[in-house]
Amino acid sequence: MSTKTSTNTALNLLKRFEWQQNIIYIGFAAVFILFSVLLADSGFSNPNNLLNIFRQTATISIMAVAMTYVIAAAEIDLSIGSVAGLAAVVTAMTINSYGLIPGILAGLAVGAVSGAISGGLVAWLKVPSFLVTLGMLGLVVGVARWITASAPVPIADQNYIFIFGGGDLGPIPGLLVWVAVAVSIGAIVMNRTKFGRHVRATGGNLVAAGYTGVKTAKVKFMVLLISGMTASFAGMLYAGRLQSGRFQWGTGDELSVIAAVILGGTSLFGGRGQVVGSLFGALFIGLINNGLILAGLDVSQQQVVRGAIIILAVALSRKK
Amino acid sequence: MNTSAIEMKGIEKSFGTNPVLKNVDFSVSVGEVHALAGENGAGKSTLMKILQGVYQKDSGEILVSGVPVEITDTFAARKAGIGMVFQEFSLIPTLTVAQNIFLTNEPTRFGLINDAKARALATEIFQEMEVEVDPSRTVESMPTALWQLTEIAKALAQNAKVLIMDEPTASLAKHEAEGLFALIERLKNKGIAIVYISHRMDEIYRIADRITVLRDGSRVLTESLKKVSPEQIVEAIIGRKAAAHLTHKDRSAKISKEVVLDVRKISSGPKLQNVSLQVHRGEILGLAGLMGSGRTELVNTLFGILKPTSGTISINGEQIDISSPQKAIQNKIALIPEDRRAQGLVLDHAVTENLTLPLLDGLKSNGLLSNRKILARSKEIIEQFDIKLAYPGIRVGSLSGGNQQKVVIGKWLGTDPEILLMDEPTAGVDIGTKSEILDLVRKIADSGKSVILISSELPELLSVSDRILVLKDGHVSKSLDRKEIPSEEFLQLAIQGAA
Repeated sequence: MSTKTSTNTALNLLKRFEWQQNIIYIGFAAVFILFSVLLADSGFSNPNNLLNIFRQTATISIMAVAMTYVIAAAEIDLSIGSVAGLAAVVTAMTINSYGLIPGILAGLAVGAVSGAISGGLVAWLKVPSFLVTLGMLGLVVGVARWITASAPVPIADQNYIFIFGGGDLGPIPGLLVWVAVAVSIGAIVMNRTKFGRHVRATGGNLVAAGYTGVKTAKVKFMVLLISGMTASFAGMLYAGRLQSGRFQWGTGDELSVIAAVILGGTSLFGGRGQVVGSLFGALFIGLINNGLILAGLDVSQQQVVRGAIIILAVALSRKK
Repeated sequence: MNTSAIEMKGIEKSFGTNPVLKNVDFSVSVGEVHALAGENGAGKSTLMKILQGVYQKDSGEILVSGVPVEITDTFAARKAGIGMVFQEFSLIPTLTVAQNIFLTNEPTRFGLINDAKARALATEIFQEMEVEVDPSRTVESMPTALWQLTEIAKALAQNAKVLIMDEPTASLAKHEAEGLFALIERLKNKGIAIVYISHRMDEIYRIADRITVLRDGSRVLTESLKKVSPEQIVEAIIGRKAAAHLTHKDRSAKISKEVVLDVRKISSGPKLQNVSLQVHRGEILGLAGLMGSGRTELVNTLFGILKPTSGTISINGEQIDISSPQKAIQNKIALIPEDRRAQGLVLDHAVTENLTLPLLDGLKSNGLLSNRKILARSKEIIEQFDIKLAYPGIRVGSLSGGNQQKVVIGKWLGTDPEILLMDEPTAGVDIGTKSEILDLVRKIADSGKSVILISSELPELLSVSDRILVLKDGHVSKSLDRKEIPSEEFLQLAIQGAA
């Protein structure tokens, strides 16, 4: 009798398990094992290679944390890649002229200003975020090219380089520490604070959330502000890792970031947000990139296979 | 006369191990309106979905015009002449009426769609229906009452012999409903058979010839409406001596003289003008009126969703500012909104998340939300309101209408409001849950809270209200003590503005 009850409980748990939201973990494990076996001779499971995957996807992972909030609130932010680029060049230029601290503040200010403008337009003037941030994408790239005359700006400040992506803490790359911090804060705020709940309620049913006393306009403003500031932080990590600011840093990242978030089980229609899933989504993309290079595919073949795998994975992870 | 358009014999259907239809017989004659009633979950929609080919029956037989047919999918159903008028309209708003009617079935010329011919054919159908709809308009540009006519025309264009109508008057104003009844009468005369699903007894008596009642998956009643009383029908639906909830009971607690809510000359837009009202502690104030009379606008203004353009609102003698729902909540006002799916719930979220959304401040430990406290609080509310669900983390969208409404009510009573505004709290809810909700309203008022209740179902309004305000064209046309109202007809006349 008691075994029957326990199988029933297990069956019920299995029924409640939401495959679509959690498929990323299964997919991640499957691809990881597959590559470990197939690419054993090419050094895939070598610890250095694995750390490399983490390092290369760090900026995508961090931006994906913020994008999880944006998408959970049923909005989108297409400007993150170019905001990262502008933040990188503004930080580099300011460090060279005024020093480390002003440089860091100037970089963050780029995201704060662009995020606040996009957020304000979306929240209070009700312009669709797709259009606002698409416009912002072009505008921000233009500014970055303008102020640098499209030339790279080298960074010589070793402290900056150490903190923002160039340094290691013992065996652990600094970038990994930043990812861990961002994902931890992101996951806790999403699941265990009023703000996180309000973001998901706003995305899940805007009207009902408003009728329940959620300040939905403020929520929309905040998610785009957070997204902008996180993007500029990611741009500063690019600048530190690559020891220079260039407007191209981050170009096209918005697509990888959105793919990572959707792969991670966040609904493109809003209402769900899985921060840890987004991290695994980003790592999954990194894993595939890495595996395809080790497998000896050339760049064009990589693009084809990567595109196909992402389409397949998103199709499997999407909401019913 | 007595030839069957549709005959369903011995229909059985289970989901997993759960039988939802047990040996159900159901038939509709040519030119007959056959009402189908039952509580939510009684099997009505499953039976109709089998007829439409959405679900497959486990056993039993379906005959169309006396010929056995296998309805394997929705195409087969349409081919057999079964048309559905959807409760949630299945039209594409950006296409024209004619394009919608002939969607997937467009008349063509030289392989290209012939829109002019589609318009001409649509015009013919509307003429046959004796209604006026311009087939070249886009659906989104028309009032919703015309959407329904378009739905019906779409079914007729596919040569439907049977039309299934699910709560067709739910979104209609009174005169629009009259138009629909007249249309149903004309369709009947043309030999169309109609299955009419409704919770509204007056409508059923008005237009149906026979009624079948399902309860727990079994057919419990099929009778001509000439031979069956409303009490018998209600009893068949809920399966016990019922309708007690619809008689006015004297309230056990006394209403205090203390004025809790004092609204003076409040206006908001053209739909609400100079409305004044007072609600006492422990009182239930009913709001009656036609659709568009300003009832919903009034409660929405009191909850800060609509902004008042003039007038004052005072609570316990103190004038307050309610310019947003947050401020209303701070002042201990709660609103059970009219449309629970669109305004009350995040359907895709868990019951626990919905129940605790306005309560999150009290559910923290160490500054973070505590899942343990959220679950414990949710379980309390679930138990208090007897919400029936498999487990607290289930999606609220998967619950029945009545249980969804209990979640909305539970969520707001959890905030311990002093003033509870309820806008049509029993709409689309089965009869059993309706009486539970009405009992709940009485209990809430007995505990010293004040309630403002909107309901279009007059027996319901009369059974719980201590006082009734009648609204007309945005202002108060009458204020009646419950004791001054001798009958439902009296109130009906007051609402229509004739008394």
